[in-house]
Amino acid sequence: MADMSHTWMRRNRMTITPLLFLLPGMLFFAAYVIIPIFQSFNISLYEWDGLGEATFVGLRNYEELATDRAFEISLWNNVKWLLLYLLAIPAGLFIALFLNQTVTGVRLYKSLFFFPFVISQVVVGLVFSWFYLPNDGLFDIISGWLGIDVRGGVLGNPNTATYGIIAAGLWPQTAYCMILYLTGLNAVDPEQVEAGRLDGAKGWRMLWHVILPQLRPATFIAFVVTIIGALRSFDLISIMTNGGPFGSTRVLSFYMFEKALSEYGFRMGYGSAIAVVLFFIMLFFIAYFLWSMYRDERAARR
Amino acid sequence: MFPTPIQKQSRTAQLTYQSLLPLALIMWLLPLLAVMLFSIRPLADFTNGNYWGVPSSFEFFNNYGRVFFESDMPRYLWNSLLITVPTVIGAVALSCMTGFALGIYRFRGNLLIFFMFIAGNFVPFQILMVPVRDLTVSAGLYDTKLGLVLFHIAFQTGFCTLFMRNFIRALPYELIEAARVEGVAEWRIFWFVVLPLMRPAIAALSVLIFTFIWNDYFWAVVLTQGPDAQPVTAGITSFNSQFVAQYHLMSAGSIVAAIPPVAMFFLMQRHFIAGLTLGAVK
Repeated sequence: MADMSHTWMRRNRMTITPLLFLLPGMLFFAAYVIIPIFQSFNISLYEWDGLGEATFVGLRNYEELATDRAFEISLWNNVKWLLLYLLAIPAGLFIALFLNQTVTGVRLYKSLFFFPFVISQVVVGLVFSWFYLPNDGLFDIISGWLGIDVRGGVLGNPNTATYGIIAAGLWPQTAYCMILYLTGLNAVDPEQVEAGRLDGAKGWRMLWHVILPQLRPATFIAFVVTIIGALRSFDLISIMTNGGPFGSTRVLSFYMFEKALSEYGFRMGYGSAIAVVLFFIMLFFIAYFLWSMYRDERAARR
Repeated sequence: MFPTPIQKQSRTAQLTYQSLLPLALIMWLLPLLAVMLFSIRPLADFTNGNYWGVPSSFEFFNNYGRVFFESDMPRYLWNSLLITVPTVIGAVALSCMTGFALGIYRFRGNLLIFFMFIAGNFVPFQILMVPVRDLTVSAGLYDTKLGLVLFHIAFQTGFCTLFMRNFIRALPYELIEAARVEGVAEWRIFWFVVLPLMRPAIAALSVLIFTFIWNDYFWAVVLTQGPDAQPVTAGITSFNSQFVAQYHLMSAGSIVAAIPPVAMFFLMQRHFIAGLTLGAVK
């Protein structure tokens, strides 16, 4: 009997081994990531304070979202984040081109330029909120020289606060894109650059027709991490304005947290409904990323 | 090389470049330099409105000393370490295995499982928040380091699997086939053939996950609440309410909180960057 099961194991070892190797990781991932996604879908159909009895309300949470002014503001802010955050990609490319030289000490310069990415967003948020302090902050002093006066400080003014936070977020994100492009530039084929030079390509034309096509993989990853980063923005908002002034800096991720888990009430169902909306926005991008990866995977099949 | 090496350009261009470099760096790090300046000032400077002038006295030891001896900061730092290190070990261990399974074997659903890991890694945290918090509370792990560690391990396994699987795919497959011809058992192939080759990937992931987890704020707020379990990112907000408007101490505290991942980065730079580019950009 023991012998039989042994031979069975041997015969099927190419199926059983990967299964055993996958099992612990998959169990963990399923319990903490995959299943909770579906649970959230379910919770979004209930009115629930997280402790007592949950009441089924159907789609009423979503109906409420449609008329919720704060939700609308959050959604718009997400769009702003998404569009402006993409500036990190050209900015990162620009700095990478600036630093892609071999002078003494340039390695140290590269690491120091990358520095903001390593610091936690909490600290970045604090640093920038002091930078933006009304009257005494460095930003206010410098903009004062230029004759610009932001009423109530950048973060105290509902018209500027979101942009101030996005600028703070762009700082580490640009650093990330820069490092992606620096690594990419390293791998640019020198022969093609030479050939381009012989054909008389210089500056912008060279960048556009010879260099950028070779940087495609770096650009792809830069897009992925920047879009995900923009939609995940939470830390900076929580630290710098806590959603204020007058709720003008909320985004979906922050608004969801506020609704579900703060003094503004423990409305788990309503919060989950917001999360579901955010999930579908994200899913649109995730599907695109996976599709491009799938194409590469098919092409690379051996 | 692009752009044209500066050495091939005129002398003036070279000089301009050399002087532009430090200038650009100072501009880039200006907000950070400001905080460093804050952290060595005495309190009197802020009350006198001397935010940006020369500090009236040098209070480096005094300010940082108070961060370490008069606040919960050391506890938060210790919590961060006790959360970060087990997470790194757990996530890397699990993903070595999943990466091996997905990178070496061909079976139905291989790509599907792989894509599930990637997709899960990109989802917004908020869609997980309520159920994960619920799960943690009902397991009696709310406001414990273990509760946070378990979640982090699970979530980071997604990203780590992506990285490990692609790394293993790039290894020479002949090695594994040769071992199989020799009749080496599959688990021994994993342990003696593949694992030693994965060292660079393990190093890269460890540094990267260390930084990610150290810097996590959202889950720290969702799953913990007091100085018993809170890591430094969440602790710094209570630190700041302890020292409201005392910018010299708040900035010293922020710098202390930021140092470990920074040190990690400078020590392991090459690995760190290899990890960040997801191994896709060589």
